[in-house]
Amino acid sequence: MAYEATFGDVLRSQGVSRRAFLKFCSTTASLLALPAGTATAMAEALSETRRPSVIWLSFQECTGCTEALTRSHAPTIENLMFNFISLDYHHTLQAAAGEAAEHAREEAERENAGKYLVLVDGSVPMLEYCSTVAGISNKAMLEDACTNAAAVINIGTCSAYGGIPVAKPNPTQAVPVGHIIKDKPIVNVPGCPPMPLAITGVIAQYLTLGKLPELDHLGRPVAFFGENIHDRCYRRPFYDRGQFAETFDDEGARKGWCLYKLGCKAPVTYNACAHLKWNNGVSFPIQSGHGCLGCSEPGFWDMGGVYESVATGKFGDGTRLGAAALAGAALGAGAAVLARRKKAHVHEEDAG
Amino acid sequence: MSLLEFARGPAIHASLIILVAGIFLRLLGVLVLTRGADLSRPRDAFGNFKGYRTVFSRAWPSSEFTTTTIYQTVMAYVFHISTLLVVVAIVPHIEFITSLTGLSWPGLPNFIGVALGTIALASLIALILRRLSNPAVYNSTLGDYVTWIIVALPLLTGLMAFAHVGLRYETMLALHILSAALLFAYMPFSKLMHAFWFIFSRAQSGLAYAHKGVRI
Repeated sequence: MAYEATFGDVLRSQGVSRRAFLKFCSTTASLLALPAGTATAMAEALSETRRPSVIWLSFQECTGCTEALTRSHAPTIENLMFNFISLDYHHTLQAAAGEAAEHAREEAERENAGKYLVLVDGSVPMLEYCSTVAGISNKAMLEDACTNAAAVINIGTCSAYGGIPVAKPNPTQAVPVGHIIKDKPIVNVPGCPPMPLAITGVIAQYLTLGKLPELDHLGRPVAFFGENIHDRCYRRPFYDRGQFAETFDDEGARKGWCLYKLGCKAPVTYNACAHLKWNNGVSFPIQSGHGCLGCSEPGFWDMGGVYESVATGKFGDGTRLGAAALAGAALGAGAAVLARRKKAHVHEEDAG
Repeated sequence: MSLLEFARGPAIHASLIILVAGIFLRLLGVLVLTRGADLSRPRDAFGNFKGYRTVFSRAWPSSEFTTTTIYQTVMAYVFHISTLLVVVAIVPHIEFITSLTGLSWPGLPNFIGVALGTIALASLIALILRRLSNPAVYNSTLGDYVTWIIVALPLLTGLMAFAHVGLRYETMLALHILSAALLFAYMPFSKLMHAFWFIFSRAQSGLAYAHKGVRI
């Protein structure tokens, strides 16, 4: 039987030092709030791990999640791990195409029954003809792939909560994976795209400890989605002082003041963007001058305009309020007139 | 639909419709019901003017009552002013009003908003304590306590939401908006209508007394 490379072999072949790898393991372990000794155990277990079988299904998606993970500006342990695990089946990345590709998926499902992970990006259309792969509808492929899966990890908001395909008017009647798969453990790693470290963190924990991380009420790992971005935002002091950018090119914007009035959704968004940041800790949307879109939250695309602040009422114009004023005035005046007539009538009767 | 979406969408919209319709219903329902003119000759030629003056002169108790009423007068002023400022001068509220009316104005820093909200809540507690300790003076009904709770809830939930304490922020924000919606819907049909009635009731008293030549 041919020698199957371990993850350690892959890292060494790519010139990743043991020091860098241990750093990754301690960061991941501490982010996941695992005990101090876990980092070493994770390093040992990870480096000895042989390629786990992972089936990556891409449904109604934009490939942004894959891009986020693979297009880092330099080879990182995150994308090396991704490369290491993602070879069984991935529409975008695998070399095979057509029947050979589908055959690889079926073989992986059969050989690793009960052990493989299913990673999904993209939502599933209930109008099944809207999205098919090799003539198989997304729904059928998902159900088939999950039958013998150990767990499902939803990569990105589309598979976790429906994301943009579910946005009104939802022409494909899309649903998130959790609406179809009910009998398997599901971890949601939402974001548009999700943070690479959140994806690899979940996978690293599963590979080393054999269990999935603690989840919040929306099925997200608490370690990465337990913090409110507004609470962690470096612009928070400007919010407290009442210093807001009013437009994207005013003095406040240039001085880096709070973007609350420009529609920043950080107060209602839970993600690790503000403290882990993107591109190896370089920046995140708010730091680059744009408010948070709330992309890791369910229904973020229908939460109101991108540039409408969190405090905005969502009920269009005041037409109905005007109508209510008129109706109230008419009813009140009508009641008073009736009361006056009745009173006058009583007076007449008394007089008569 | 999440709780927050429900709160800042249909719930607050429905409550504002009830508020607007209710205020007009109550105002016109009473004001159209005018009493007949007093045909007697007024004892004071400037009676009408003095009557309207009462709207302002009754904003503070007569000196004879200062000692007995100073506590609730001061507390009531503190409560009303701080609550008004919190409602119209903190940025999230201005953003909401702007989304509804298009009008906008500069807001207070949020830490001042927190201070004002805290003062408003503290003064409201001070007022209910006096009410509870002087049952013979107030002769309270159940409605008085319900009204107090409905007024206190938006202040409490607003402070909690702002400080990110208690439940998650989006839930606290939704509860804050829902408590405000409850206040809006309740306002026209409760003693909270004094926000409008105080002008008419004071003017009516002033006119009636001035007509009879009574100095007030």
